[in-house]
Amino acid sequence: MMNFLSAIDLGTIEWSRAQFALTAIYHWLFVPLTLGLAVVMGIMETKYYRTKDEFWKRTAMFWQRLFGVNFAMGVATGIILEFEFGTNWSNYSWFVGDIFGAPLAIEGIVAFFMESTFVAVMFFGWKKVSAGFHLAATWLTGLGATLSAWWILVANAWMQYPVGCEFNPDTMRNEMVSFADVALSPFAIDKFCHTVISAWIIGGVFTVAVSCWYLLKKREEKMALASIKIGAIVGLIASIGAAATGHHSAQRVAEVQPMKLAAMEALYNGGESQSLTVISLLNPFSQPDYEKGEEAPLKIAVPFALSILATNTLDGYVPGVNDLLNGYTRPDGTRELSADEKIERGKLAIQALADYRKAKKEGADETQLAGMLTTLKENMPYFGYGYIRDKSELVPPIPVNFYAFRVMVGVGTLLILFFMVVLFFCYKRDITKPAWLQWTAIAMVPLAYIASECGWLVAEFGRQPWTIQDMLPTVASVSNVNSGSVVITFFIFLALFTTMLAVEINIMLKQIKKGE
Amino acid sequence: MDYIFLQHYWWLLVSLLGALLVFLMFVQGANSMVFSLGRTEEERRLVINSTGRKWEFTFTTLVTFGGAFFASFPLFYSTSFGGAYWLWMIILFSFVLQAVSYEFQNKLGNILGARTFQWFLVLNGIVGPLLLGGAVATFFNGSNFIVCKENLTDGIQPVISHWANSSHGLDALLDPWTLVFGFAVLFLARILGTLYIINNVNDEEVTARSRRLLIGNTVTFLILFLAFLVRTLLKDGYAYNPETGEVYMAPMKYLWNFIEMPYLLVLLLIGVVMVLFGIARTIFSATYRCGIWPVGIGVVLTVLALLVSVGWNNTVYYPSTADLQSSLTIANSCSSEFTLRTMAIVSLLIPFVLAYIFYAWRKIDSKKLDKEELLVDEAY
Repeated sequence: MMNFLSAIDLGTIEWSRAQFALTAIYHWLFVPLTLGLAVVMGIMETKYYRTKDEFWKRTAMFWQRLFGVNFAMGVATGIILEFEFGTNWSNYSWFVGDIFGAPLAIEGIVAFFMESTFVAVMFFGWKKVSAGFHLAATWLTGLGATLSAWWILVANAWMQYPVGCEFNPDTMRNEMVSFADVALSPFAIDKFCHTVISAWIIGGVFTVAVSCWYLLKKREEKMALASIKIGAIVGLIASIGAAATGHHSAQRVAEVQPMKLAAMEALYNGGESQSLTVISLLNPFSQPDYEKGEEAPLKIAVPFALSILATNTLDGYVPGVNDLLNGYTRPDGTRELSADEKIERGKLAIQALADYRKAKKEGADETQLAGMLTTLKENMPYFGYGYIRDKSELVPPIPVNFYAFRVMVGVGTLLILFFMVVLFFCYKRDITKPAWLQWTAIAMVPLAYIASECGWLVAEFGRQPWTIQDMLPTVASVSNVNSGSVVITFFIFLALFTTMLAVEINIMLKQIKKGE
Repeated sequence: MDYIFLQHYWWLLVSLLGALLVFLMFVQGANSMVFSLGRTEEERRLVINSTGRKWEFTFTTLVTFGGAFFASFPLFYSTSFGGAYWLWMIILFSFVLQAVSYEFQNKLGNILGARTFQWFLVLNGIVGPLLLGGAVATFFNGSNFIVCKENLTDGIQPVISHWANSSHGLDALLDPWTLVFGFAVLFLARILGTLYIINNVNDEEVTARSRRLLIGNTVTFLILFLAFLVRTLLKDGYAYNPETGEVYMAPMKYLWNFIEMPYLLVLLLIGVVMVLFGIARTIFSATYRCGIWPVGIGVVLTVLALLVSVGWNNTVYYPSTADLQSSLTIANSCSSEFTLRTMAIVSLLIPFVLAYIFYAWRKIDSKKLDKEELLVDEAY
């Protein structure tokens, strides 16, 4: 047992993580715009269908062309993510494939086919199908993309909060026992709402920014003004919705991933009535010495806010990193095990599984086997901890979580204000005049993207070292591929995606310059 | 629906998706000949716009094929993708290039130039069918992997599947019979590509060239496919004992599978006849443009029969040449009964999905593509 993992190539794990992160980050540059623009152009085409005004048709077609350029890259990066579960995380694919494969298959059958079938009608069907069918195709493209997001987020939420499954010692894997628990997990619902709504913000910001550029250039003013109103309304509703769903998501994290919350807050020693850190000067380049428990300098905090956020009460108990590592007693008197105890029990589970398999092969009697299964079952909740070599591995990178969370929340709040100002100028003043606001709109595009990516950084870095929370760490999820191969494919993907992104941005800019 | 039925049902569905994928690779087939079919920039654009209205179907079927395999036979997903790393990565690289090539190539601001993306389409058109065909050939010829579930508990390396050499799947390309089948699939895709262009494009020059290319591709395909088929039917195959799970070599296993499952033989023969009929009629009748349909249906039936035959009747569908007992069967690599049953309910949506694809396809193809449409309508 002590030789565990000594043959694992750590380079393979780190490069596989880097490759998956690279693909996911690139993928998420394109998906939110697809989801967001789908709503914006759907509204525009609905206006055309209802008014038969050619202006709305031209406007919808303009945004659809930009949608098309972006859509192709989303598809290209998406296929890689699905297959990387097999190529780079093959042990994971076996260990939980019985549960995890289902949402991916359903996504293909139910959602992706809908999206890809109707996107062709949307692009090429203007003169071939009726206006009603075309409108339906446009909305079905968006619906397909959104359903696709649903199933992918169900899969991702399951990695954060594994439910609806049981370990089967005879097949050596986890097996699904409740599809409803997996597909309708509260974590999945929160994740879907927060993620898709945040994607609509990107669609709103993008629409407003491109339109403001036309106002700056004194071109396409009619289209720009109409688009700004739609983009800003979608954006404002989505921004407020993202704040509400974000709060829900944070509460889920507090319940099922307390270490992630502790890392997001750089909270080392928790307790009751915890304050929420607005900002502090945490060293962004190295993991803090959390054992010492010293707070980062220049901390500004809102009293009680973290307790309210996590527990809905002023004096709610929120554990810190050290509490989670050393164990603590909850307000209800129950005790959370220390990391060392969990690691010990994880090793017991793994040993019991090995003993069971060996005994069964040797024809041991049912009583003996039942005893081993009892030991396994008692310790199974800590199975994944058996692969942890040192408890420090259980602490996610605190600076990444801390800053990414603040950027996401900060920019999200700024966006609410931004959309309110834009709508104020649209309806109460003249938005064609203030150049500062038009430039601000353009500047909001990269900020919104950074905030959106930061959300994923928190979600994924905060789960480390787990691939599946408490069940399987990355070290036991990886494929048996040499690190050299993964390094090469990483750089091929980097070159490929970066080149394509450069081409896409250039095409997008030319398309915008060209106008309607 | 008992567990064994569900295993067979899901192998049938995965085989059907595989068969549809091979048919839909007419996109790759036509793209591999972009420069032969289109001599001028305008003609090439016509070909690319023709396949460009369908590429998403191929792509989506590939993704769904992967997802369905993952959900129903996760041990294959884990073993093949994680083991034959390079083989699958090269396939993926080529599909990434394809996905952006349509949208980007003729857009203002394309800093790489249209020609670059046309070559990307050619690359995907060759590499995609060749390597996917090669991957399927390993179902009959075997691959170099080992599966040991005990690694999860008592190994110093907890990964249960690994490739038995350091090539990570590239060694499959050293097997001449893998290459024979890979090239057979490539030339089949090219046949389908020419037939699709004949059906979909309204341009005399381009369709005339398609007809000429059809002949050469057909001859090459028939030689390669028949060689592979005869060899496969006569060689020893991989079988397993359903009681013990023990894998062993059985003489002429694949031939016996067709004899013992005559409905598959009928399917195979109908498929082959339809393929030959569609090709022959297209070659001998200058006005016949619908060859893609009999050939397409024939391809689906033939590939379906071949894939089903390698999974049913106690046959090993992913044999290991490194350790026979590591070989994968539909019984030892499938998901749990609960998951297969749940997914079987979801699969009832497939006819509905096929229906709306059929409807949308008909609508888009209601008028054949010509050069004029590229000027007046939305086009790549």
